[in-house]
Amino acid sequence: MNETIRKKQTIRRIKIWTSVVIVALIYIWAFSGMPKMEFKPSAVQAIKAIFSGLIHPDWDYFYDPEGEDLLRTLLETLCIAILGTFISSILCVPFAFWAARNMNKYRFISSSGKFVLSVIRVFPELILALLFIAAVGTGPFAGILALGFHSIGMLGKLFGESIEDMDFSSSEALKSCGANKIQTLWFAIVPQVMPSFVSFTLYRFELSVRAATILGIVGAGGIGAPLIFALQGHKWDRVGMILIGIIVMVTIIDYISSTIRKRIV
Amino acid sequence: MDALKKRRLSLMKRLVTLIFIIVILWASSLGTEVSISSLMDGLPGMGSLFLEMLPPDWSYFSYVTEPMLETIRMAVIGTTYGAIVAIPFALLSSRNVVKWPVIYFPFRFVMNLIRTIPELLLAALFVPVLGIGDNAGIMALSVFSFGVIAKLAYESIEAIDNGPLEAMTAVGANKIQWIFYGVVPQVIASFVSYTLYCFEINVRAAAILGYVGAGGIGLYLNNTLKLFQYQRVSTIIIYTLIVVVIIDMISNKCREKLI
Amino acid sequence: MIEFKDVLKIYPNGTKGLNNVNIKINKGEFVVIVGLSGAGKSTMLRSINRLHEITSGEIIIDGKSITKARGKALLRCRRDIGMIFQNFNLVKRSTVLRNVLSGRVGYHSTIRTLLGLFPKEDINIALNALKRVNLEEKAYSRADELSGGQQQRVSIARALAQEAKFILADEPVASLDPLTTKQVMDDLKRINKDLGITTIVNLHFVDLARQYATRIVGVRAGEIVFDGPVEEATDDVFSSIYGRPVKQDEMLGAKV
Ligand SMILES: Nc1ncnc2c1ncn2[C@@H]1O[C@H](COP(=O)(O)OP(=O)(O)OP(=O)(O)O)[C@@H](O)[C@H]1O
Ligand SMILES: [Mg+2]
Repeated sequence: MNETIRKKQTIRRIKIWTSVVIVALIYIWAFSGMPKMEFKPSAVQAIKAIFSGLIHPDWDYFYDPEGEDLLRTLLETLCIAILGTFISSILCVPFAFWAARNMNKYRFISSSGKFVLSVIRVFPELILALLFIAAVGTGPFAGILALGFHSIGMLGKLFGESIEDMDFSSSEALKSCGANKIQTLWFAIVPQVMPSFVSFTLYRFELSVRAATILGIVGAGGIGAPLIFALQGHKWDRVGMILIGIIVMVTIIDYISSTIRKRIV
Repeated sequence: MDALKKRRLSLMKRLVTLIFIIVILWASSLGTEVSISSLMDGLPGMGSLFLEMLPPDWSYFSYVTEPMLETIRMAVIGTTYGAIVAIPFALLSSRNVVKWPVIYFPFRFVMNLIRTIPELLLAALFVPVLGIGDNAGIMALSVFSFGVIAKLAYESIEAIDNGPLEAMTAVGANKIQWIFYGVVPQVIASFVSYTLYCFEINVRAAAILGYVGAGGIGLYLNNTLKLFQYQRVSTIIIYTLIVVVIIDMISNKCREKLI
Repeated sequence: MIEFKDVLKIYPNGTKGLNNVNIKINKGEFVVIVGLSGAGKSTMLRSINRLHEITSGEIIIDGKSITKARGKALLRCRRDIGMIFQNFNLVKRSTVLRNVLSGRVGYHSTIRTLLGLFPKEDINIALNALKRVNLEEKAYSRADELSGGQQQRVSIARALAQEAKFILADEPVASLDPLTTKQVMDDLKRINKDLGITTIVNLHFVDLARQYATRIVGVRAGEIVFDGPVEEATDDVFSSIYGRPVKQDEMLGAKV
């Protein structure tokens, strides 16, 4: 073997071993501080209770003509997700154009847009919900606002990226026919970005449905509140009923949404 | 003639979709007490809340560093457990690795079932089982990561190039060798990348898991909120933002290197 | 020796891939299989190491029936047969050496190969194989850094490292340009001569077939319609295999 091969190999080895050592150190740190995983006898009981709740759910809770029932709260959850997604799908548009590199003359403008979007993204829905509760009181509206605001981060980023990938030849063609700015936007840009825009929005909707199921924990509406109450009151059959409800709803939504997404693309 | 008809039909379709969407939105807002006026009335309240949060309680930073590290630790361990369990599941869910639907359909089913439950809900379920503390959070994150990683990994296994697999069959490799020399080298980079991506999600999630009693900094968030210590709340939020941004940056760099 | 006995292959959709094929291929031969697209060349080659299962009949390799082999015995049989594919079928992200070493997994226990603990002599076998195809200095490069012709030579090295007694090559040069085509074919021919490895190659180009083969087998609609030494394979013979006169683009010379 000649020298260069050997050198190349050594460098590779060194790189690999440094990464291995770093990863190992992280793991030693992480696992050394971990509390012992101990199963109390109550744990087994709790697991049994949860499973028996899943097998014998509280069907009375499913529909109750007067008062709170599963169907109504699930619908409320769904509504929160729908409206939250709707708000963010509109609000994200200006952010997307702000963050798209090819829509701004100066690089720092689009970079600042990207930064703002990532700050929005790191705010968890739950904390936002708490803030909005302070403004509009407890209830689903706070949840809608929280989801609507949080989703701007992701939608704005994805949408901005698809604007960046856009093909401008057709907009140039339109411009050369003497179209004004709005006309170019409508005939050249909108048809191009519409499919990906709809697809991202639907994808975000799937995530928002999941998120909406937990907003109730802080009082922002939906199925989360009854779930927490049932858990705290050890009403396992009701917990089971609610879990089944959530799983079924999310599965159906995922199925519908991904079918539409496939047809669009 | 025909073109005109088609055009009319597509216009009709659009109109129907539009009306459908408007009806859904309208019905949703009826069911959820949406009111712009209450938002307008409430905005000053939100503004004063913001003011109460300022300035952040800087001295509190050092106090919450330990729970912050605990949060990261939970994310590291949870992601790792999830990734490990995801490996066999992803392999067994892939049509090109396991040829029989009897095997890959049940595995996919379990995977999709688990993916429907958000992490905070998992945490809420694990708290009564494992008690208040890190363990519930770790288990919740493990199960959640498992769902995310297994799904992404199985999709990328199904997309691999069939050629090397055929070549490994031709050299007389047994099934395990076939997987290690044909499948693994093709997907290992994206697997690690998905795991890192999941780790990013988990750090964010871990920061709020404490809210339902599953350990980490969320516990402190809950307590300070209950006691109306808003300056401390903002400290925690800012701290979380900084940590999340730094971890995202590092993780993104690593993922770029992998490709 | 490879022997086909009344081999019949019917695809699930009813297509007859091979129809009553009987042929004996002796040690050290360099056989080129020619035929139109869809004639059944790939099917014939892939039946030998059972990448495709045949419907009836039997294939005997060095006196043992691979058709009846099960489990370990089948893997053993396959270990003795190296295969070279049109699209190289290398793991692009792995190093060249690892790709070549993957040819040796049949010789070691599962655990050992999973940990990558190949004995020193295996590494030497792999490096020697690479030397034979003049790619020793690329051993630690990633496979996707190599040109197409180089990648194909790596897959030849894999078959060599496998210490195969037979090499099957399914259109090994179809995705290569004329110059690299020559290098790859020369490598195959040299290995056939030096090591006495029986080689069976599917080819599209008539002149290439004539240049390298010691024996030519013509296939049409799953049946063998010609089998004889290269000297007997005249233009008329090729026309009858193809069912029409040989076209210009079936000559490599035309491509240059
Ligand atoms: N998996 C399959 N399922 C059904 N029919 C197949 C399959 N593979 C091949 N065939 C059919 O079997 C016949 C022989 O195919 P084969 O691939 O052996 O041809 P070939 O001579 O290698 O052609 P080419 O030069 O194009 O590679 C063709 O008619 C083909 O359509
Ligand atoms: Mg073929």
